[in-house]
Amino acid sequence: MKKTVQELLLVENKQLNHDNFRLVLQAENELPPIVPGQFVNVEIKKATEIFLRRPFSILDVDAEKKQFSLLVKILGRGSKVLTTYQAGDKISVIYPLGNGFTMPESTDKVLLIGGGSGVAPMLYISKLCGLPPEQVHVLLGARSKQDHVDVSAYQSLGKFHFTTEDGSLGEKGFVTNHSIYKNELSGFDKIYTCGPNPMMKAVAKDAAAAGIFCEVSLENTMACGFGVCLCCVEKTTSGHKCVCTDGPVFNIKDLTWQI
Amino acid sequence: MADLSVNIKDLLFKNPVLTASGTCGFGQEIADFVDLSKLGGVVMKGTTLKPREGNDYPRMAETPSGMLNAVGLQNKGVDNFIQNIYPTIKDVDSNFIVNVNGSTIEDYIALAEKINELDKIPAIELNISCPNVKEGGMAFGVSCASAQAVVKAVRAVYSKPMIVKLSPNVTNIAEIAKAVEDEGADSVSLVNTFLGMAVNAETRRPVLSTITGGLSGPAIKPIALRMVWQVAQAVKVPVVGMGGIMNATDAIEFLLAGATAVEVGTAIFIDPTIPLQIVDGINDYLERHNFSSVREIIGSLQM
Repeated sequence: MKKTVQELLLVENKQLNHDNFRLVLQAENELPPIVPGQFVNVEIKKATEIFLRRPFSILDVDAEKKQFSLLVKILGRGSKVLTTYQAGDKISVIYPLGNGFTMPESTDKVLLIGGGSGVAPMLYISKLCGLPPEQVHVLLGARSKQDHVDVSAYQSLGKFHFTTEDGSLGEKGFVTNHSIYKNELSGFDKIYTCGPNPMMKAVAKDAAAAGIFCEVSLENTMACGFGVCLCCVEKTTSGHKCVCTDGPVFNIKDLTWQI
Repeated sequence: MADLSVNIKDLLFKNPVLTASGTCGFGQEIADFVDLSKLGGVVMKGTTLKPREGNDYPRMAETPSGMLNAVGLQNKGVDNFIQNIYPTIKDVDSNFIVNVNGSTIEDYIALAEKINELDKIPAIELNISCPNVKEGGMAFGVSCASAQAVVKAVRAVYSKPMIVKLSPNVTNIAEIAKAVEDEGADSVSLVNTFLGMAVNAETRRPVLSTITGGLSGPAIKPIALRMVWQVAQAVKVPVVGMGGIMNATDAIEFLLAGATAVEVGTAIFIDPTIPLQIVDGINDYLERHNFSSVREIIGSLQM
């Protein structure tokens, strides 16, 4: 899959909640295949004090329209300025980068666990996995109701569960406190997760203990995104691997997390 | 089309734009974006005699107009290079240069001997300036005596063009350049990164696992340019200039200051098509100023 640097047209920037935005980018030519877990590296030229690109995972792809969308959560200066771009602006993007999640078998029951901007690839998996909705459970965690994004467009694809730390939506607590997670984890064949590292480590620990296949998507800071700066490395059982080219998706059995 | 070719000793470069070590892998990593045969050369990822895991994460900190890195020469070693990478590059029509590193003089010698056997590797860049390794690296490049010792030892076993990559973390870089020229260096390349540091005030911790790292990007360009100019005044061998080159104008400034060729590094992280944009931009500049060859502008700074 050839990676390219392209100037893409921003066709929509929709605010989803107080700090999440969906940006839809339009390519001139046919899009390359883009699978859940892959990401793009975006140049945020309007933030002149920012030197490097910023990586974002892909939320959705519309191959017919030659469009794909990103879920941008405001975390720092780069993401904040990116959310001020308007339809009609051009954005330089290097894509598609990294490797996607291992898609499930047709008989698998899967649990997709997302937190923060890690919600994006989980939603994209729910769309592309091709499983009947009863085999797909999506568990999304956030601090409060206002921090969750509206996922109603996806809800026919699986059974959605929510947690909030203040109990304002779904069950109170972290994703790992949710009843489906506590009581039914062993019923899943595959667990996929993306979000803050403490969340992914907690999930990985339980998945490992239960002997369930588990893939995580890492967000190590990187300069290039295509495997030349060697800055985003993660320790694995076979040495340092680049999150950008060997990941960002890793099977937990290949990581050296102390879990 | 102007004549863009330059040479170091008898080695011809079709244009003066090379990609810098540590920013382009072994070339194949950027081949999706760049026709490697259109580059003057590719200086490949720093290679050592034995494999190295490099430093712990985090290895990178973004800084104003630049970045710090502390990769620490992660590479799979020279034997892996010879077996797995050399066969994939030897038929590409460009100058693939091995960046040679060592913890000891014996390492440098053993590595240079192996590279000397590779027909399609036309030159080495002898790196005596890596700031991110505990042993060797920059330690060799910060005194005339130790720099000379490495260059002399490698010169004895390596017969093709040898470019010595200098550290800017010295009091007088021109003296070091002269010292390595005296021992038979065919060229000097400069600058490697400046030793720097980043602190996270909120966590009250250093950002990098190694505390210090090497600063690159436009932040260092004026210092790099000054050093290239000083070195070009001091030595007779060709100088390869680098440090924060982001576009053709930056590259031309280095050529005017006395560089025979330039290396583009950190810019690749932001846009891997920049090196070829620079090749085109140099040609445009030469045509606009009615020069028929890039060699006419090398060191032609008007005082």
